[in-house]
Amino acid sequence: MKRAKKRFEANKLGVMSVEETRKKMVEMIGVNKIYADHDGHGSNHVVKDLNLSVYEGEFLTLLGSSGCGKTTTLRMVAGFEEATSGTIHVEGESVGSKEPFERDVNTVFQSYALFPHMTVHDNVAYGLKMKKVKKPEIKKRVEEMLELVQLGGFEKRYPSQLSGGQKQRVAIARALINQPKVLLLDEPLGALDLKLRKQMQIELKRLQKKLNITFIYVTHDQEEALIMSDRIAIMDSGVLQQVGDPTDIYENPKTKFVATFIGETNLFEGSVAEVSGDAIGITVESGGFTVKGANFAAGELITVSVQPEKMLYSATPVPGFALQGLVKDQVYVGSILKTIVVLSDGQEVKIERLAGQELPKNGLVYLFWNDADAKLIRDMDSVVYEAAENVTL
Amino acid sequence: MEKHSRHQFRSNTLPALGTVGPVGIVLLGLVAVPLIYVGVMSFCSLDQYGNYIYQFTFDNYKNLLNPSYIQIYVQSLLIALATTIICIVLGYPFAYLIARTESKRKNLLYMLVIIPFWTNSLIRIYGWRTFLGDTGWLNSLLRGFGIIDAPIEFMYTRGATILGMVYCLFPFMILPLYSAIEKLDKNLLEASADLGAKGRKTLLNITIPLTKGGIFSGSIMVFIPCLGYFFVSDILGGGNSDVIGNLIQRQFQKANNWPLGAAISIILILITLVLVKAYQKAGGDMDSLGV
Amino acid sequence: MNKKLKKRIFKVSGTSFCALVYAFLFLPIVVIVTNSFNATTTKPYQTWKGFTFDWYVRLFDGSNASLLDSFKNTIIIAVTSTLLATVIGTLAAVGMYRYTFRGKSVIDGMLYIPVVIPEIVIGIALLTIFALVNVPRGMLTLILSHVSFSIPFVIFNVRARLAGYDNSIEEASMDLGAGRIGTLLRITLPVLTPGILGGALLAFTLSIDDVIISKFVAGNTYTFPLKVWDSIKSGVSPAVNALSTLILIGTIVFVVLTQSNLLKSEKRKSFKKKRKAR
Repeated sequence: MKRAKKRFEANKLGVMSVEETRKKMVEMIGVNKIYADHDGHGSNHVVKDLNLSVYEGEFLTLLGSSGCGKTTTLRMVAGFEEATSGTIHVEGESVGSKEPFERDVNTVFQSYALFPHMTVHDNVAYGLKMKKVKKPEIKKRVEEMLELVQLGGFEKRYPSQLSGGQKQRVAIARALINQPKVLLLDEPLGALDLKLRKQMQIELKRLQKKLNITFIYVTHDQEEALIMSDRIAIMDSGVLQQVGDPTDIYENPKTKFVATFIGETNLFEGSVAEVSGDAIGITVESGGFTVKGANFAAGELITVSVQPEKMLYSATPVPGFALQGLVKDQVYVGSILKTIVVLSDGQEVKIERLAGQELPKNGLVYLFWNDADAKLIRDMDSVVYEAAENVTL
Repeated sequence: MEKHSRHQFRSNTLPALGTVGPVGIVLLGLVAVPLIYVGVMSFCSLDQYGNYIYQFTFDNYKNLLNPSYIQIYVQSLLIALATTIICIVLGYPFAYLIARTESKRKNLLYMLVIIPFWTNSLIRIYGWRTFLGDTGWLNSLLRGFGIIDAPIEFMYTRGATILGMVYCLFPFMILPLYSAIEKLDKNLLEASADLGAKGRKTLLNITIPLTKGGIFSGSIMVFIPCLGYFFVSDILGGGNSDVIGNLIQRQFQKANNWPLGAAISIILILITLVLVKAYQKAGGDMDSLGV
Repeated sequence: MNKKLKKRIFKVSGTSFCALVYAFLFLPIVVIVTNSFNATTTKPYQTWKGFTFDWYVRLFDGSNASLLDSFKNTIIIAVTSTLLATVIGTLAAVGMYRYTFRGKSVIDGMLYIPVVIPEIVIGIALLTIFALVNVPRGMLTLILSHVSFSIPFVIFNVRARLAGYDNSIEEASMDLGAGRIGTLLRITLPVLTPGILGGALLAFTLSIDDVIISKFVAGNTYTFPLKVWDSIKSGVSPAVNALSTLILIGTIVFVVLTQSNLLKSEKRKSFKKKRKAR
């Protein structure tokens, strides 16, 4: 436990030092986006007081469910939307008044947005043509770029003659040919089937490392985010919940939303009853338990997150735990046995075991876990959401 | 989020005004205001010199009930009905055959329906008169072969007017039918046959119900213009089979009683509105009227 | 009855039915073209008096100047009104697609009026309003009227094209460094071109063939259809037939040329559809 904590702190420190040395490519300061309804009444606050920095060569993912404000954030960086308040810097320079065509960022669109009346070559060459690059030079660079995305020889095809994966590659090549400082990707793999998706994830990551371009990547797929990102920024209802590297986010969710969004988990919400040393006694509606942790005071609200595969059970009471429930349901999913235990207050606790460890239906079980498997979440939600709500514009 | 994926650059008002403004002016000045003014005029009176004056009267509407007018309304509706029915009966199998042909010449077959309409419609109607007239081709031919002694009077009958209407409006039936039938999923017809439905049953249970949108919009596009095509009844009907359009034209260009003509026009507008409402009720799509 | 024979009978009767319908559609055309070679010189020019090219010669020897004049008017009106309707209609279709604004549904509804209301009502409505504001009837009123009834058709055509339009291609264009005007010229217009051309072709066709509305707003100006209308009472001169025949040939040549281009792009489109279906 101690070691884990140390590693966590080291990790934190590590991040800190990176923040100091690396160059900020994109910086958003107090950014808000409010859409007024067309009749002028009412409004829709889609991005709330967003502060976020993205560093040189970094692969940052904006993760959240649909409508959380992640795409709007991306579109504000690209210049397709104007921030209602706040400033956005690209390479230290404010871009608020710049049109999309004046910004050194390029976008890969979810729908690919290939020009249907142009060949693959003309699509990829478009950005260079706008920059008035000489023809032979354009031809050479387009060829190189198509090689890079493994589409050599497709120059004369039209978008309608390409498969989804090929269109995706053209879209990426087209956005990269201008050598942007930052590449924005809006759910670029959303329309591909699972197999192709996996393959493209690896390829995108390879491209990003090779070209050392900053990527801001929007997705709603937490698995994709965990695999590809250097850092993940999780958003919910327009509010930035947590920013951190995948391990950090996975191991130390700061809000209940992050804990549930990043993977399946059981949340026990309660308050601190007593603190003695690093042992914290917690009461929840259906009972209570003791966890190890620091910096909590009696009376404080707290949420404990335990993943289904980490939940333990026993037929007899376990010291330090007063959580009992009835076995409600058991389902096999592949080789995994999923069990649902209902606590006295009706909360359903999910437990995952390898096959063959069935519990007696309707039997009484006592739940517990190893100290190291419990993640303590200080109830930040109210803090996070209210702070954002109270922004004056 | 998708809601906002459209451009949200700067302000909306100026570009909206710049793009839609001109059409707004045209529609207002050349469609809305003129039609409203027709409504106003239908309540105007005539002075002693036959000029219209802004003096409110119901007389124009009362005059509409003149029995000879009523006879023309009925006749006009009957002509339109007959024209529509003939267009459907001739047009449906025809559209079906060219839309579902396996032939490579499908596009050509389609174009052949349109090509005649690149010649001015008046001249084509006149072509029918040349063909059907007392000294026309058909009568000359029949007499030449000794089949008849005296010319058959094809011209200046209700039948001739209906023929001309069918001729003029036929493509407006064919085009929506063609696109509705072409859209039909071939698998559906095969599935029906596969399930044991005979040809006729497939036609009644699958094909016609699925293409009724085309029949509806075709009917609207044939029936309504038919009420106004005064030149057809003028050239082929010779005054014996007037439609509502003839009544209006006469008030404006011969009798010079504009308020009465306006009142008749209002009736025509009302008929149109009722038909279009019925069309919409039946599930018709307004956009398919604009072929 | 044997199935094969039945099918055969069905096919033969179907083909002959279609042939009859085509005969019905083309019969007046045959009459017109044939009569343009009719040597008759007496009204109503309906009896066949032998073959001649005279009418084609006379068309250009000055004796039919007023007929040619009316045709010139028709072309001027059609070209001008098509250009205006295409520009205004395309702008409107794009604007209505892109922006939401108050009164949009009103404009949308008004578009259907010229399409469904009988032309004669539009004709007299325009006549009364031109009389009211005292615009002299002539080329101007003809052009304005033709613009008003052809705009909806342009809009519907462009709109159909916009239905499959992906907004983000414009964003992509700006993202890649093209300004607003550049994006309009390089991306938006080229992608919409088939719809715009289709609309323009329809507007042109409607304009050159219009009798009903023109009859009310023309004043003393003659268009080709109005000239025909005037001569119908006394018998249409074969010179008119000759001119019609030339127009028909001209249109067929024009359409075959443009159609072969359109067909090429259609092929690309159908290819796309096939891919999607897979």
